[in-house]
Amino acid sequence: MTGAFHLDGKPSVTAEGTEMRSYYGRPIIKDPVWTWEIPTYLFTGGLAGASAVLSSAAKVAGNEKLARTALYLGAAADVVSPALLISDLGRPERFHHMLRVVKLTSPMNVGSWVLFVSGGASTTAAALQLLGRLKPLRAVASLVAAVAGPVLATYTGVLFADTAVPVWHEGRHELPWIFGASAAASAGAAACMFVSPRDAGPARRVAVAGVLAEGALMQAMELRLGTVGEVYHEGAAGRFSLAAKGMATAGAALLARRGRKSRTAAIAGGALVCAGELCLRWAVFKAGFQSARDPKYVVEPQRRRVEQHGTNATTKPGGETL
Amino acid sequence: MNLLQDLLEPTAGPDGWDAYGEEQKERVGFFTDTSVCIGCKACEVACKEWNLIPDDGHVWTGNSYDNTGELSANTWRHVAFIEQEKPLHANGDGGTGLRWLMESDVCKHCTHAACLDVCPTGSLFRTEFGTVVVQQDICNGCGYCVPACPFGVLDKRHLAPAPDLPAFAKEDGRVWKCTLCYDRLKGGDEPACAKACPTKSIQFGPLEELRERADARLAKLGAEGWNGAQLYGRDPDDGVGGFGAFFLLLDDPEVYGLPPDPVVTTRDLPQMWTNMLAAAGALLAGVTALALIGGRR
Repeated sequence: MTGAFHLDGKPSVTAEGTEMRSYYGRPIIKDPVWTWEIPTYLFTGGLAGASAVLSSAAKVAGNEKLARTALYLGAAADVVSPALLISDLGRPERFHHMLRVVKLTSPMNVGSWVLFVSGGASTTAAALQLLGRLKPLRAVASLVAAVAGPVLATYTGVLFADTAVPVWHEGRHELPWIFGASAAASAGAAACMFVSPRDAGPARRVAVAGVLAEGALMQAMELRLGTVGEVYHEGAAGRFSLAAKGMATAGAALLARRGRKSRTAAIAGGALVCAGELCLRWAVFKAGFQSARDPKYVVEPQRRRVEQHGTNATTKPGGETL
Repeated sequence: MNLLQDLLEPTAGPDGWDAYGEEQKERVGFFTDTSVCIGCKACEVACKEWNLIPDDGHVWTGNSYDNTGELSANTWRHVAFIEQEKPLHANGDGGTGLRWLMESDVCKHCTHAACLDVCPTGSLFRTEFGTVVVQQDICNGCGYCVPACPFGVLDKRHLAPAPDLPAFAKEDGRVWKCTLCYDRLKGGDEPACAKACPTKSIQFGPLEELRERADARLAKLGAEGWNGAQLYGRDPDDGVGGFGAFFLLLDDPEVYGLPPDPVVTTRDLPQMWTNMLAAAGALLAGVTALALIGGRR
C-alpha cells in the first residue's frame, strides 16, 4: 500500500495480556505484494509436477491410459503456470529477466529454471504423445519431467519460507512437505476425474494418501508453530483452512469408498480434493498476510529470543549487548 | 556464485562486495543519532527532491507529527515521532512529562541482505561502496524482496508510470528503496539526507569510522544517564551481519517500529534446500510406489 493508511485500530496484546509496544500498531514488515495468481500457481505447479511423476509411474506399470491422461493434465498445468506467474509481475514484459542469472540463493530464480525445464519437458512429451512421433525423445522428455516435477511441486515451500513473514519462515520444516503432499493429492484427484475407474487405481491411491499426509503435516506444523500459527484459525486463512480440510477429506472419502465403482463418485471426489488442495494453498498464502500485518508476530518471538539468548542487534552503554 | 559462497561461508564483509577487487571502495553508511534529531523532516524532503521520488498523497494520521507513516517505494527516509511519558534519565530524574522521540529511518544496507539474496533477476546488487541498490532497468516487479526484508523497507511502486516506461505499463510496478544516493557517491558527494540534516543526526561516512563515533556517543550518553540509550545495528555479529546504516535509539527498537532481533532468513537456506530435496524425493518415491503396488483398478 502506498500513501493510504491501513491501521488496524486496536493495539496488539501479548501472550501475557499486556499491551505490546509497537509503533502505533503498525506492521514492522511489509505485506507480500503477490496477488491471486500466486496461490493459484502453487496449485497448478504442484499439479503439474506430481502429474509428471504419476504419468511416468503409470507408464512403468503398463497403465497406458492413466499415463497419457496424467501427462496431458500435467502439461496443461505447466502451460497455465508461467502465464500466472508472468501476470503477477509488476513488469510482465520483463519476465525473461528471471533467466538472466542462475542464483541458488534465490528460490524464485531456482524455481523459474525448474519450471522452465520441467514445463518444457512435460509439454514436449505431451505434444509428441499427441502427434505420436519421436518416441525416444518423448521418453527422455517424460523422464526429465518426472525427475524435475517433484522439485517443482516442493520448491514453493522454500520460496515462502525464505521470507521474513513469521508464519512462513517458522513453517520452513513442513512447508515443502505439505506442498508435496498436496501436489500428490491434486494430481491423483485430477487423474481420477478423467480416467475410467477401471484404470484409475494408482491415481486414487495417490489422491487419498496425499490428502492424509497433507492433513497430518498441516496439523503438525500448526502444533509446532504455537502462537505464530494461530493465523491459520483466523480470518481468511482460517476460512480457507476449514474449507480445505472439509473438501479434501470429503473428496478423499468419496474416492476411497465409491471411486472404484462409480464414475460419478470419482469425478465428484476428484473435484472436491482438487478444490480442497487449492483452498489449502490459499490458506497458506493468506496466513502470510495476516502474519505480516500484526507486529506482535514479528516482535514477540524476537523479543523472547533477545531475553533468552541475548543478541547483538542492540548495544547498551558499557558495551553490554542485549 | 559469490552470493552462495558467502551464504555457506559467511565473511565479515558484505555479501558480494569482494567481487569488486581493485574497484572496491571503502564501505560507507549512515549513523543516525536519534538523540539529536529534531524531527524537521529535511531528510525526507531532500531525499524526495534528489531522487525524483513521486508524491504519494497527503494523509493526516493523528500519530504525533508523523504523516508519512512508513518507509515505502516512495519514502526512503521516514521520520518517526513517539510521544511518551518517561523520565529523561535512567535513574528517574528529569520528570515524567512528555518525552518526544524522533528517528529518521532508512534502508539498513545489511551486511547479509535478504533482499539481495532472494532477488531472482540480479536487479538488486551490492555496490562497490558495500551498499545495496535496485537496478531499475532490470527489476521486473516480482516482489520477492518485499516480504524478504526483515525491516519492511522495500515496496512495489503502484503509481502511474513515468514517461520513460512503455505505453502498456499500467503502473510503475517495480520495487524502489534507498540507494544511499549511489549517484552522489559516484560523484564524491555525501547522500542528500545527510547533507540536508541540520543537527548532524544523520552522519555519513566510512562505516568503521561511524562505528567508533557511535561508540563514543553511546559512552557519553551512558555516562550522562540518558534513559534507554542504545545502539541498534552497530554490531557485525547480529542476525544480518551488522547494518550499513545503523542507529542510536532512546528506547527499544520495537517502539520505533523496528524489529528487536532481525535475521536474514537466507541463512537457513542450505537446510531449507536439503529439506526440500528430501520432500521431493519422498514425493517421487511415494507416488511411484503407490502406482506400482496394488491393482490397476
